[in-house]
Amino acid sequence: MISRRIVLHFPIDLVSDPIISRLVKKYDLECNILKADITPRQIGILVLGLKGENSNYKDAIEYLKSLNISVQLLSQDVTRDDDRCIECGACVTICPTDALTRDPLTGAVSFDKESCIGCELCIVACPMRAMKVCF
Amino acid sequence: MRTIAEINDKIKKGKAVVFTAEELIELVEEEGVSKSAEKVDVVTTGTMGPMCSSGAYFNIGQGKPKMKLGGGKATLNDVPVYTAFAAADFFLGSNALPDNDPRNKIYPGRFAYGGGHVIEDLVAGKDLKFIASAYGTDCYPRRELSTLINIRDMNQAILFNPRNLYQNYNVAVNRTDRVIYTYMGILKPNLGNASYSSAGQLSPLLKDPSYRTIGIGTRVFLGGGVGYIAWWGTQHNTMVEFDQNGIPTEPAGTAALIGDLKQMSPEWLKGASFTGYGASLAVGVGVPIPILNEEICFNASLSNEDISAPIVDYGSDYPQAWSRDLGSATYAELMSGTIRVRDKEVPTSSLSSYPRARRIAGILKEWIEEGKFYLTERVAEFPGPGSGYDCRPLKERPI
Repeated sequence: MISRRIVLHFPIDLVSDPIISRLVKKYDLECNILKADITPRQIGILVLGLKGENSNYKDAIEYLKSLNISVQLLSQDVTRDDDRCIECGACVTICPTDALTRDPLTGAVSFDKESCIGCELCIVACPMRAMKVCF
Repeated sequence: MRTIAEINDKIKKGKAVVFTAEELIELVEEEGVSKSAEKVDVVTTGTMGPMCSSGAYFNIGQGKPKMKLGGGKATLNDVPVYTAFAAADFFLGSNALPDNDPRNKIYPGRFAYGGGHVIEDLVAGKDLKFIASAYGTDCYPRRELSTLINIRDMNQAILFNPRNLYQNYNVAVNRTDRVIYTYMGILKPNLGNASYSSAGQLSPLLKDPSYRTIGIGTRVFLGGGVGYIAWWGTQHNTMVEFDQNGIPTEPAGTAALIGDLKQMSPEWLKGASFTGYGASLAVGVGVPIPILNEEICFNASLSNEDISAPIVDYGSDYPQAWSRDLGSATYAELMSGTIRVRDKEVPTSSLSSYPRARRIAGILKEWIEEGKFYLTERVAEFPGPGSGYDCRPLKERPI
């Protein structure tokens, strides 16, 4: 069993295709759509949670890539600029998945990329603008 | 017990015993106040968080022909500065915004770049755009100036903050049913979160609550360099509630700080953007407290369990200047991650960085131990608790 959050970039000609439906039917994956957007240049962006058998997940990723869809792990797209972050903790009550947490003893603020769903709420909540997203 | 002159003598010999405020708390728990006061010469404190009433003034020298900025207009990286001094001086406040910033017209505004960011960029050694216009005089004929400018080429660049180091602060909550955007951060509806802003047991003015040592002329760590307390800060208030230990249980004293910006570092001065509110500057400050007697030692040893802050509704009570009691929380409770407000568990977050506060207290300790930083005798005292010096609301009268 594998569980991953990925970011997909669709070329223009695929924006109207039911890709997710195929991931469910053909590869038996649980799909959780975290974000879906079409930019003015008509490139589709989809942030997706996928869960299922390892081999199915692997085949599904191959299938997506064969369609010219770029696939990236979400954890590579949301980052914290440690030069800007002063570890105040303004983000921790805004983050809906506890990806940003504060140590009750030291006050140290940690960012757990694996729990991040790319909602971008932290970006505007951070006074130092230390959180960056690049889908 | 000891004098500041004696402490400085020990610093010179490399023999001063310096503890951070956290270390003193542990020591007093183990050995009691008397023994600790005997042992420790200096306690170091620290804090770093957005301190909106901050700014800097500059003198940039004259070009050819000469120009009188006073009465004219000028911008640094498109952020307007205040020019109403003599020919080549100006002041920049941390909340200043470019004229073309949409502010809250597109709500909530982002405030990506303002005065605080300009100060950070200057300190980082970046070249900035300086554009000025003036009306021209016989002795200062020039009317237009457009140049790159760098802090190293300025005659003076002086950080001058009219109000820093708030002694205690509110815990902000939101009891309305919509998200609000405040200088205390984003507050979720229906008591969704609580935001506080003090380093608590490391915070300078909470460690010397009656100003037994801190006053005008106190040398401090400021923005990574050395600064001084110039005066008590604006809104300094001595007529507040105090607990049994003499610690204010609401926002009270403040300090105005001054120091050479050229010595400072962008690590300890950072431009801040408060969504829906505005631009600001996060400032790192550390203040040494000489342990001159047991009382000073006792005050400096009080911990997060002993210090509490009032909970204030920023949805209605704060903006309308209504007074309503939502209770209080200790800094120990605030650090734990949740507090109780009106029978609801409310998650907490901080705007003041506790890890940075701790680092500043540590750096100041090192400076003193290494003989790089000597203590000063203050030259005048702050108005003390209950002295009558207060912070009054505006008295509006028809013109």
